[in-house]
Amino acid sequence: MDFTYTETQDMIRETLSRFLADTYDFDSRSKMIASETGRDAGIWKALAQDLGMLGAAFSEEHGGLGGGPLENALIMEELGKVIAIEPYLQTVVLGGGALKAVGGAVADAVIPEIISGNVIIAFAYAEPQGRYNLANIRTTAKKDGASYILNGHKGVVYAAPWATHFLVSARTGGSGSETGGVSLFLIDAKSSGIVRRDYPTVDGFQASEVYFENVAIPSDALLGGEGAGLPLIEQIIDEATVAVCAEACGVTLKLHEGTLAYAQQRNQFGQPISRFQVLQHRMVDMFMEVEQSKSMTTMATLKLDLPAAERMAAVSACKAKVSRAAKFVGQNAIQTHGGIGITQELAIGHYFKRATMIENQFGSADHHYDRFEKLTLDA
Amino acid sequence: MQLEFSPEEIAFQTEVRTFIAENYPENLRLVQDEGHDLSKEDFLSWHRILAKKGWIAPAWPVEYGGPGWTPTQRFIWSEELAAADCIGTMPFGLSMVGPVIYTFGTPEQKERFLPGILSGDDWWCQGYSEPGAGSDLASLRTKAVREGDHYIVNGQKTWTTMAQHADWGFFLVRTDSDAKAQEGISFLLIDMKSPGVTVRPIITLGGEHEVNEVWLEDVRVPVNQRVYEENKGWTCAKFLLAHERTGIAAVARSKRGVEKIKEIARTEMDGDKPLLANAFFKRKVSELEIDLTALEFTELRSLAGVAAGKGPGPESSLLKIKGSEIQQRITELALEAVGHYGAPYFRGFGEGDNEHPIGPDYAHRAAPTYFNARKTTIYGGSNEIQRNIIAKMVLGI
Repeated sequence: MDFTYTETQDMIRETLSRFLADTYDFDSRSKMIASETGRDAGIWKALAQDLGMLGAAFSEEHGGLGGGPLENALIMEELGKVIAIEPYLQTVVLGGGALKAVGGAVADAVIPEIISGNVIIAFAYAEPQGRYNLANIRTTAKKDGASYILNGHKGVVYAAPWATHFLVSARTGGSGSETGGVSLFLIDAKSSGIVRRDYPTVDGFQASEVYFENVAIPSDALLGGEGAGLPLIEQIIDEATVAVCAEACGVTLKLHEGTLAYAQQRNQFGQPISRFQVLQHRMVDMFMEVEQSKSMTTMATLKLDLPAAERMAAVSACKAKVSRAAKFVGQNAIQTHGGIGITQELAIGHYFKRATMIENQFGSADHHYDRFEKLTLDA
Repeated sequence: MQLEFSPEEIAFQTEVRTFIAENYPENLRLVQDEGHDLSKEDFLSWHRILAKKGWIAPAWPVEYGGPGWTPTQRFIWSEELAAADCIGTMPFGLSMVGPVIYTFGTPEQKERFLPGILSGDDWWCQGYSEPGAGSDLASLRTKAVREGDHYIVNGQKTWTTMAQHADWGFFLVRTDSDAKAQEGISFLLIDMKSPGVTVRPIITLGGEHEVNEVWLEDVRVPVNQRVYEENKGWTCAKFLLAHERTGIAAVARSKRGVEKIKEIARTEMDGDKPLLANAFFKRKVSELEIDLTALEFTELRSLAGVAAGKGPGPESSLLKIKGSEIQQRITELALEAVGHYGAPYFRGFGEGDNEHPIGPDYAHRAAPTYFNARKTTIYGGSNEIQRNIIAKMVLGI
């Protein structure tokens, strides 16, 4: 057993941490979000080309550093520490994850482009009626000669306005929430017939409602077997769920640190409020939640390559715990700050907003307790 | 003891229900349904209708313009307002400074200020908190120095809700720097248009402009705008805080909030079933509803005590703590219920923008409302302070 990072992993963390400290201070982040595109494209380019960061989780044959889930986790944790709005989760973890899983010509073609920062992928999987059920899909892809015709509406697609490609789940057969008949496609975001409504999200990202209206896509856009896409989708969503838990570790760490620092310098009743035992215990409880989040994220990261049922149980255990931790740490950070915590002026509130969105991203605590129970308790 | 309303009370309930149905402004309903911020005119439109009817100040004594209702009638009134989803009236004049003025003010002050509070012609704000004086309110440093018939006021207030609309503000200021914290404070009424008053917006997490900083620089305030004795303002402040806490349980509005959660959870689908059929979600709704019932009957017992001539005493801290926690849980459940559609950020329509917002109507404000509701356990004396009050005043430890 060994929970230490390799030299390469330490180097990745240090390089990224230094870069983000220089580029992602609170004011710079606020300016990016307020800009017309809602991001600073130069940062993504720098992550790719100056730091080589986007290749960390890809194989050396594809031009990467040969890493995997651990690299994704440590990068996401660093991004979480500055509440970065970079599309790493969508492009590398989800898009890259799908490509690594299917391999072949499409992986050989697209992964190097991800690594070089030229490709941004958004995953269009959620639908308004589907909630967190990945198989509840109404979007259809009908075979038409050598192509498929895509129709449907995907909701709250993070990073869609920036994307060069969409990863899309659609039904090539079956209906309702049937596990069969689901297929996964990687398509050009500029394909004719795609209509987007773009909007900012409460946590500083850009997202879209994406409507596919008779979009003709070539048959080689299909990733994996036709109708057999659900296990692949479940796998990459699990990987992304752990990655977002790693991000939460960074977010809640900063929420806790910020609260501790504030409580030590805020004076009321003639002393720093950190002297009040009720607040000391609260900050200790927050600390314990952050530590346990790290533990669960480490556990789940190391179990991502287990058979599906074990992987899913581990991921759900992790997300259920981290969702609760994100809520507890976020709410108590704000409460301990008092009124100033509710303003846009302080970073702490923005960490709270991201923590809140992480709670339900890829499934609420309830959803994951439920999945965990189905896998481990049902006789 | 009995739970049922008397025939007279039922008749009253019918009367107010009919009145609301016939008089609540239609355009206001639209603004609320689509989740927009309310303008000053929105607030005042409903205020004026109630003022005209004589129902604007249910808790005021008849001699000052109250309707003379019993506590039960007032309870029915607030239930009906909430059940019909009516907006609240601004508390700063009606529930805060009004009662202070009719309790502690001079006859001239009553005559001068109470009519404007009732009519809505004067919009009031509250100048209490300062950057360095939050939970420890008595450490406030805004200074008022006597100069002939005026005070010269200097200092900074913060978290001043809706000060951007205010005509008048009531301020706690220090008139004796040598006295112990609570003893050198006076209660001043300040015209917000006075030279030297500057209001700067504070934008909160949901993007709202509700609260402000108020800067006072050499503001001249006539001495006849001081309520009660010089250096005895803390008496008014304590009286007002107790008043503020009684309404803060927000039971009627939370009942409506729970109903709304149920409506959302009947509409939102979780697989092939409505979300309300999900055992976990259903249990959380039930827990909320049962806790709200406990709060409701705690408040009713407290009201009965008030009617019998007691309090509102320190037990009102219990109402504040539980009431604010329930308000927050309602917003938590609403955000949880809307799933993915909690993420889109909606800030109302721009000029000429007729596009419908993203996702179902009930989802637009779920996240901002959740963020905003964090204030309820902070304002009006944070819940930590309320627990201290109960420990000291009720438990005697």
